[in-house]
Amino acid sequence: MGFFLETLIGGLMTGMLYSLVALGFVLIFKASGVFNFAQGSMVLFAALAMARFSEWLPRWLGFDNRLVANVLAFLAAMALMVAAAWLIERLVLGKLVNQEGVTLLMATLGISYFFDGFGQTVFGNDIYKVDIGLPKDPVFLFEQVFQGGILVNKEDLYAALIAAALVAALSLFFQKTGTGRALRAVADDHEAAQSVGVPLGRIWVIVWTVAGCVALVAGIIWGSKLGVQFSLSLVALKALPVVILGGLTSVPGAIIGGLIIGVGEKLSEVYIGPHLGGGVEIWFAYVVALAFLLVRPQGLFGEKIIDRV
Amino acid sequence: MKLKSFLLAAAAGTTLLSTLLPLPASAQAKEQFFPVLPYRTGAYAPNGVPWANGYVDYLKLINARDGGVNGVKIAFEECDTGYSTDRGVECYERLKGKASGEIFQPLSTGITFALTTKAPADKNVLITSGYGLSESSDGTVFKWNFPMLGTYWSGADIIMQHITKKEGGNLKGKKIALVYHDSPYGKEPIPLLQERAKLQGYELTLLPVAAPGVEQKATWLQIRQLRPDYVLLWGWGVMNSASIKEAVATGYPRERMYGVWWSAGEPDVKDVGDAAKGYNGLVVFGTEGKALDDIRKLVHGKGQGTGPIEEVGQTLYMRGMTSAVLAVESMRRAQERFGKGKVMTGEQLRWGAENLSLDDKKLAALGLAGIMKPLSTSCSDHEGSRSARIHTWDGKAWKLTSDWYTADEAIIKPMVKAAAKKYAADKNVTPRTPDDCQS
Amino acid sequence: MLYRENGQFKTSYRADQQIFPILQDRIAILAIVAVAVVGVPLFASDYLFRAILIPFAILAIAALGLNILVGYCGQISLGTGAFMAVGAYAAYNFTVRIPGMPLLAALLLGGVCATAVGVAFGIPSLRIRGLYLAVATLAAQFFVEWAFLRIKWLTNDSTSGSVAVGSLSVLGVPIDSPVAKYVLCMAILIVFALLAKNLVRSHIGREWMAIRDMDVAAAVIGIRPVYAKLTAFAVSSFIVGVAGALWAFVHLGSWEPAAFGIERSFQLLFMIIIGGLGSIMGSFFGAAFITILPIVLNRTLPAFGDVFGLHVDTALVSHFESMIFGVLIVFFLIVEPHGLARLWSTAKEKLRLWPFPH
Repeated sequence: MGFFLETLIGGLMTGMLYSLVALGFVLIFKASGVFNFAQGSMVLFAALAMARFSEWLPRWLGFDNRLVANVLAFLAAMALMVAAAWLIERLVLGKLVNQEGVTLLMATLGISYFFDGFGQTVFGNDIYKVDIGLPKDPVFLFEQVFQGGILVNKEDLYAALIAAALVAALSLFFQKTGTGRALRAVADDHEAAQSVGVPLGRIWVIVWTVAGCVALVAGIIWGSKLGVQFSLSLVALKALPVVILGGLTSVPGAIIGGLIIGVGEKLSEVYIGPHLGGGVEIWFAYVVALAFLLVRPQGLFGEKIIDRV
Repeated sequence: MKLKSFLLAAAAGTTLLSTLLPLPASAQAKEQFFPVLPYRTGAYAPNGVPWANGYVDYLKLINARDGGVNGVKIAFEECDTGYSTDRGVECYERLKGKASGEIFQPLSTGITFALTTKAPADKNVLITSGYGLSESSDGTVFKWNFPMLGTYWSGADIIMQHITKKEGGNLKGKKIALVYHDSPYGKEPIPLLQERAKLQGYELTLLPVAAPGVEQKATWLQIRQLRPDYVLLWGWGVMNSASIKEAVATGYPRERMYGVWWSAGEPDVKDVGDAAKGYNGLVVFGTEGKALDDIRKLVHGKGQGTGPIEEVGQTLYMRGMTSAVLAVESMRRAQERFGKGKVMTGEQLRWGAENLSLDDKKLAALGLAGIMKPLSTSCSDHEGSRSARIHTWDGKAWKLTSDWYTADEAIIKPMVKAAAKKYAADKNVTPRTPDDCQS
Repeated sequence: MLYRENGQFKTSYRADQQIFPILQDRIAILAIVAVAVVGVPLFASDYLFRAILIPFAILAIAALGLNILVGYCGQISLGTGAFMAVGAYAAYNFTVRIPGMPLLAALLLGGVCATAVGVAFGIPSLRIRGLYLAVATLAAQFFVEWAFLRIKWLTNDSTSGSVAVGSLSVLGVPIDSPVAKYVLCMAILIVFALLAKNLVRSHIGREWMAIRDMDVAAAVIGIRPVYAKLTAFAVSSFIVGVAGALWAFVHLGSWEPAAFGIERSFQLLFMIIIGGLGSIMGSFFGAAFITILPIVLNRTLPAFGDVFGLHVDTALVSHFESMIFGVLIVFFLIVEPHGLARLWSTAKEKLRLWPFPH
């Protein structure tokens, strides 16, 4: 029983980490109808920026305090993501308005190739460290009740809390602020929004900036766990089932979907995996998402797809 | 739009023209061409880059210090494979036409499998030092493959010998877990570990990690439940440091972890630092020697170093460097028989690789004393030598913590023969006759 | 002036319904086929065959198959690599387990197995649509990759999971030289292109296009969505499976599941989008573009760097390739979102009037 709880908790926390990445997808789809396949590359790019700046800035500016280095690196990386968002909107999305979904999807794939190459050219392709002071040791709870205690990873716990805080902030942003409402209007019907006076170009830059910042936070947390290297962009592939399970347009869906996929993955790997020889978690996550979709084709919290004939 | 159509026409024109460009000129008359197939990009780059730097630095050293081998300079060209089989095959096809016989070292078991079928027909030699097919040490079936200085079966055997010694000679009832990269590379040691499990009575658990091995939480939770006495790590690239980080996160003692020589390098433990203290791995080569000083002076000193100078002497750098040593020595040995100062063909290079005998004296003359152990290859034994030591990470550097072990031929040789026989039957390869061995 | 169809009267339905009704088109196609099958082998170098022409031919077949599914039937699929893998391993199993199995039969049977798997993974398309379906097909991709690594029977109990095929021969003619391999692939490509073209012009093709344009309306007028979608998956998977078997047997020789990974699926999707969705010609253009581009970049970038006196190392070349690839994808999508096939048909339209402007 203890081990089951341990796996469950591990799964929940991994799920929160996935939903961090999934949030980026949801944000952009919600506001511009573009499925951003470049999210993984953006996470990598942001994480590389953070890792390298936190290494370079102390050297260039000549100080030694890690906290200051991290804060400055964070701001620098954020500035970089804002610039990237602006460039993407000007050069790519602005020219592809009104194209079909598949075309926009391919454009984002093209952007992802560009980011991969550009990030590694500028920042390098070794494994880099992001050290924001998250504790690495495990903590063992309930050692009297269960033999060996239940393992809870402190780093994952902090990450889950940060993810929850971010989601709360984003939900507030969408519901309560004017910009948030404008974003939802643009997502609903961008032509109508434009006719009411919502500045489309600026809104899209804001959306991609917010998604970029979410990518930065996700990159920092994943990078702190695993080290920042090219393979970080593959984490996005694990977040895709989360996105489609929760619904492409729902922020709470990204969280719930993340929790379900995280738990499903870990439980399947630990309990079903040994019978099948192991290594099942990646496709199991997709199968779980597929199963949910068969029941609700638009995802758990997604908008129903209405076809006008 | 005029500009648009002009740009499109220009793009189309350049595309067509460049495919018709002739390939750049191949090696000059008195140069031996060495293809280099590294991966400097992708998920395995952190480990591929030091290896490639070591390989290229040694080739540059031979040119700078000795003026080539008996006057024949070494030319080389890199082609990035990204650890992917079809890019590896494409690089092979592109570089094989540059000379009439080349030594390929793809640093990937997957690419080795693909090239094992192609290289014999093209008369190119495959030296797979420390990787590749374990059964290719049988030269009567695998005429063109040379897994020199240790195959995966030898490596796994040595780890098990060390663990047996630690446990006082008896492993009955103990639990050993293998965390491996889910690819041909990771699966290689499994037959040997299973064979030893039968002989020694320990319980083997296999835990595959899907490539590239970034997500291992479930694997290590299973290890926590299983509580194995020892964990063997057969990872590559990012998977290695991810495994160690997860071991830290689940509280598995690093002293009980043993990695193969590809999982115990500096990139794998550098950013884990102190938390990886006690992690052990196999190591075959030394870290100090005259050749390294020569590289620092004559290659890096002249600004020709391929990577940062701090890398010289690190585990993976030494792996790459010694792979280059093997290639150059095959060339030298071939020249001894077929004509000093001449460019060698594929058949000649192959003979050279098959008849290497590097003893302590020769190694010292090359500046490799303390770096490599003597090896001697023959028709039936393409491995040459199968010894290794254990080194342990102390938080800042790797320190040797054991004597030399030699892999147990009694267990491995029958396995090699059986596997080679199966390969020959499957692929319609006729094993070589003793006369062919003498040629 | 050259491309007018005046004077070409059709006197039978058969003549009117042929694929290339205009005489100049027929001549051009025959010339292209002649050059491809006879001319190229005479003049091309070994390297050109191995590195460009054979991959182009095989990937064109796969792109053809994927275009049927995505371009004509509108079901976005990201699991193409998996279906190629199924075709390859199935053909391998047939060759290894049944002694004396002819190569062509093995390839086609590989395609049949891929069809079965394709239809199985196509069943969710009856309920899930659009981008959700695209991500759901990734389940096929990862599951198949895992299956070939784990289920030993599928790889003939090879301990490493890596399999290889030996000498190939068709009807007694050994297929070991690059020219022979190229001619084999070209032959299969031409047959499949004809097959595909006729399929999409027939009633089943029109059913697919109706489903693509508006599947609810199609169902209303009596087209069975189940039949249409599953046949699209079936035909597409068959062609893709045969392409996968060819890729493994003819191009690679020895392979592991990683050769058919998600990168391959994305690459094929790129091909059909750049080439033109819903167009047979587009599959060829896209395959040519994506096959040639990395090689062009690989050759020209170091030369370019030398002009500026920079030593471009292989890592930098790889990164630049990636960047330029991404930029070119976006560039093409902006300039011509309907792909190269649209550019081609626009060119033909202009050619009809040439040399007059309007």
